[in-house]
Amino acid sequence: MAALATIGRFFLGFFAQTGQLSLFVGQTLAAMTRPPIYFRMIGQQIMRIGYYSLPVVALTSFFTGGALAIQIYYGGNQFNSEAIVSSIVALGITRELGPVLGGLMVAGRVSAAIAAEIGTMRVTEQIDALTTLSTDPYKYLVAPRVIAATLCMPLLALVADILGIFGGFVVGTQSFDFNAAIYVQRTINFLTFEDVSSGLIKAAVFGFIIAIMGCYNGYISKGGAQGVGRATTNAVVTASILILAANYLMTSLLFSS
Amino acid sequence: MTDKIALSNVHKSFGPKHVLRGVNLSIAEGQSLVVIGGSGSGKSVMLKSILGLMTPEQGSIKIDGKETVGLRRDKRADIDHQLGMLFQNGALFDSLPVWKNVAFRGIQNDGMNEADARDLAVDALARVGLGAELLDLYPAALSGGMNKRVGLARAVASKPDIIFFDEPTTGLDPIMTDVINHLIQECVQELGATTLTITHDMTSVRAIADKTALLYKGEIIWQGSQDDLDASDDPFLHQFINGLPHGPIEVEGQQLETAGY
Repeated sequence: MAALATIGRFFLGFFAQTGQLSLFVGQTLAAMTRPPIYFRMIGQQIMRIGYYSLPVVALTSFFTGGALAIQIYYGGNQFNSEAIVSSIVALGITRELGPVLGGLMVAGRVSAAIAAEIGTMRVTEQIDALTTLSTDPYKYLVAPRVIAATLCMPLLALVADILGIFGGFVVGTQSFDFNAAIYVQRTINFLTFEDVSSGLIKAAVFGFIIAIMGCYNGYISKGGAQGVGRATTNAVVTASILILAANYLMTSLLFSS
Repeated sequence: MTDKIALSNVHKSFGPKHVLRGVNLSIAEGQSLVVIGGSGSGKSVMLKSILGLMTPEQGSIKIDGKETVGLRRDKRADIDHQLGMLFQNGALFDSLPVWKNVAFRGIQNDGMNEADARDLAVDALARVGLGAELLDLYPAALSGGMNKRVGLARAVASKPDIIFFDEPTTGLDPIMTDVINHLIQECVQELGATTLTITHDMTSVRAIADKTALLYKGEIIWQGSQDDLDASDDPFLHQFINGLPHGPIEVEGQQLETAGY
């Protein structure tokens, strides 16, 4: 009986959380589409979420591109097909690693920061104060962050694509003596518009997930500093898991045909 | 006098915990009501229910005769505009300087420009005895007493009809407590506002209350004027205002104490 009760409690909790999150997403979407839209807040968030994430995304993708080139070179070497390095690096980075690794890095940086900020506002009654001052917290706090993250992530993914491919280029030309012009030509010839655009679409969805999980976990936090800490951890964990799950689903949808 | 705020049979629960158990309370226009009660008695829940931050499961809350329970936030904008609130810890916005905190409603809702917003903040700060030198400071740079005064300035800046004070003197030294009580009296008299204060500080009760109500276990068990407060032989009230550890009010942690901890 105790085991059944535990299972029951788990599922009740799961469905309650899912319902609460769905309502939160619904209210956020409504706040994003109805005036007033706080453009200045969106601008501030674009700086915080997009601009300040550039270094971490750039470095991550550069080194990943380099590591990928090494792995593909030695893997391809066994089949005398080292020449595929440039094309596989470009494909891997633009379709998967650029948006996913960029998304995970931004999730760690931004989702946590959003959850901590909104969580602190929640436990110090600043969100209640906003409401009593006739300002909708969804419009003022949540919508600008979600809009900014959804807009910024594709741009960050584009930067990740360029620097990831560049990382592969540096390793390919410096360590494995590929001809630079041929390496670039092969990359350009192999890549299609769909390879890049699919990654950017994924990145926009990841941006939405990152901001919504940060805002949601912060918004529902309670119990002082400990509650804010828990919200921060939950935001990063749930955002990361959802990014990976959404990536699988979108890859299936975008490339099944 | 007509009732500015009227609560009737208000119930609110959190899971199995029944916090408000049929609260009945009314505040006449221009009256200053203070609700006293121990920790966990439901004071904050009652206040948040009136402000629309929580929704009671049962009962009626009317402001200016208009039912607010179940009213969507955007449908109660005209009510919200006449309310001011001083939160327990000020609840100033960390990311904004003092002037933007004080003039927040004007900036966000009335499209006030910076010059007008700063003027409004200067006036409101002057009303609570603070100078313009604070305008560009951030809340983190303020002391506890200043934080409270800036919170009070924000609450009165838009000249509301109804002002709520949530434990306005908690955490302040006796001198600052007296200052805050005095400022509340002055602001309320100047604006002619109706006020609801929740506190367990009897000094505040003596200073600002026209009428006092005692909330215990989610019910108003006593209410009356300052004179009634002194004359009452209600055992609950007697225990509370005299701070007695023994009596009909169950004190949190008393069992631990008697068990020798």
